[in-house]
Amino acid sequence: MTVQDTSRAGGGLDLSRTGSAPAVRQQKAARRLPVQKDWPLWAIVAAQIGIFAGLIALWELAADAGLIDGFFWSKPSAVYATLIKFFTEGNAWIDISFTFRETIIGFLIGTTCGSLLGLSFWWSRNYAAIVQPYVICFETLPKLALAPLVILVFGIGLASKIAIATALTLVVSTLTTYAGVKAVDPDQERLFYSLGATRLQVFRKLVVPFCLPWIISVLRVNIGLALTGAVVGEFIAAQHGLGRQILYAGETYDIALVWVAVLVLSTLAVIMYAAVSWLESVLRKGVKQ
Amino acid sequence: MPAKLRLDQVSMSFPTPNGVFAALSPVSLNIEQGRFVSLIGPSGCGKSTIFNIVAGLLEPSGGRVLIDGADATGTIGRVGYMLQKDLLLPWRTVLDNVILGMEIQGVALRAARERALPLLQRYGLSGFEYLYPNALSGGMRQRAALLRTLLFDTDIILLDEPFGALDAQTKLQMQEWLLGLWSDFGKTVVFVTHDVEEAIYLSDEVHVMATRPGRIIESIAVPIPRPRSRSATLTPEFTAIKQRCLALLTAGHDAALGEAA
Repeated sequence: MTVQDTSRAGGGLDLSRTGSAPAVRQQKAARRLPVQKDWPLWAIVAAQIGIFAGLIALWELAADAGLIDGFFWSKPSAVYATLIKFFTEGNAWIDISFTFRETIIGFLIGTTCGSLLGLSFWWSRNYAAIVQPYVICFETLPKLALAPLVILVFGIGLASKIAIATALTLVVSTLTTYAGVKAVDPDQERLFYSLGATRLQVFRKLVVPFCLPWIISVLRVNIGLALTGAVVGEFIAAQHGLGRQILYAGETYDIALVWVAVLVLSTLAVIMYAAVSWLESVLRKGVKQ
Repeated sequence: MPAKLRLDQVSMSFPTPNGVFAALSPVSLNIEQGRFVSLIGPSGCGKSTIFNIVAGLLEPSGGRVLIDGADATGTIGRVGYMLQKDLLLPWRTVLDNVILGMEIQGVALRAARERALPLLQRYGLSGFEYLYPNALSGGMRQRAALLRTLLFDTDIILLDEPFGALDAQTKLQMQEWLLGLWSDFGKTVVFVTHDVEEAIYLSDEVHVMATRPGRIIESIAVPIPRPRSRSATLTPEFTAIKQRCLALLTAGHDAALGEAA
């Protein structure tokens, strides 16, 4: 209120001084900075839960009322019943354990080997120049399209899924780490050499610590890719795993089971993502010290 | 006694599509033990080229670098070299940055830290030892970088425009700080700067360089007694040297312009 009063007074002053366009000036002075009020956290969470519950209820009601076909879409109550059955009667834990192991092992192998490969490019520009086209080729290659071949070579067990997950994560780590290697400040290298450093010292004390944030930054991307690789592998040929469960349920028109498997898979993904995010924050702190 | 650092007809040229480009025509320089010597000149006069050659980071096209009378051309780790950027490693504390040179030379970490700590405290970095460089101001970072160069324990240190990026006030402080350090450690310092007044105030000798090709056109002794006070910069003696330097730089600049036209 007081601000408005002042601006009006200012407008009056302008009028007496210039004698022209007082209306425009007054309008200008009255405009405020747009302010967005933040809701409290509980309100945000309540809205999120409300929307979720609303969608579930809508789904259930629409299926009951015949607005959507319950056979193709199933409905929340049926999904819930199947979920209970899945965990009490089915091989839930075997499937989860298979998918989990394939993902984690593929993630670890792909990320580790990719990072080491990326770092290795620092040692020789010639070697990097020779190998780089192959890496780019491998990156652009739709690796999932090769999955059937991988299954043939590695069999239908764990190994083939690990191989696919590794292939997906390896390239991302390699290229990101190589980007880090290329970003090392040449002046920084010159400083090390002026202090009489060997190449190994430059590598260990400059290149590796400098590239660590790059390496860490792909962890979250890679865990998602590894899971994708594992599930696609299971789609093609597997005896266990959540991907295999989804495919099997779809083929037998057990739509509720499809939803259950997808739900469990999502939960697994969220847990692994959270774990990797935690790992990332721990590593970042470690890198700083 | 042979000169501490001697450049003997050192030259540098690069082949270009338009013929050979002489970045540095043969330069000879004798620098005695414990002296503070400055190189001034326009951009592209080869100051940094000289430093890179002395530090062994660049192989000269001709000539030799002699340290204590022995050939040191193309050998690294013989001189402390501080580049314009402070180049502190962001993942190391100030203390661990300062000991980098010793660490590379194989000194045990604990021993190196024990040696560095009192120096950090004595030379204005007390309280900053365990901070990371990003928490430091430009002047403080430059101090840390200089101490890193000093602790590398070579008799000769090369400083390439160390105060170029600092504001005027900080620059003056850092000059006093550097002079204090220099008289305590007795190192031989070669200093590159664009700032004529800074060069004269700090140095025993100023070498004025010109471009196309890079060369030393005149060497001027600064016979002002030490320790110098700031008011020394106002004496007629100082002003005369400054004017001589400025005249040389302007002449070189005009010559270069005339050549280009």
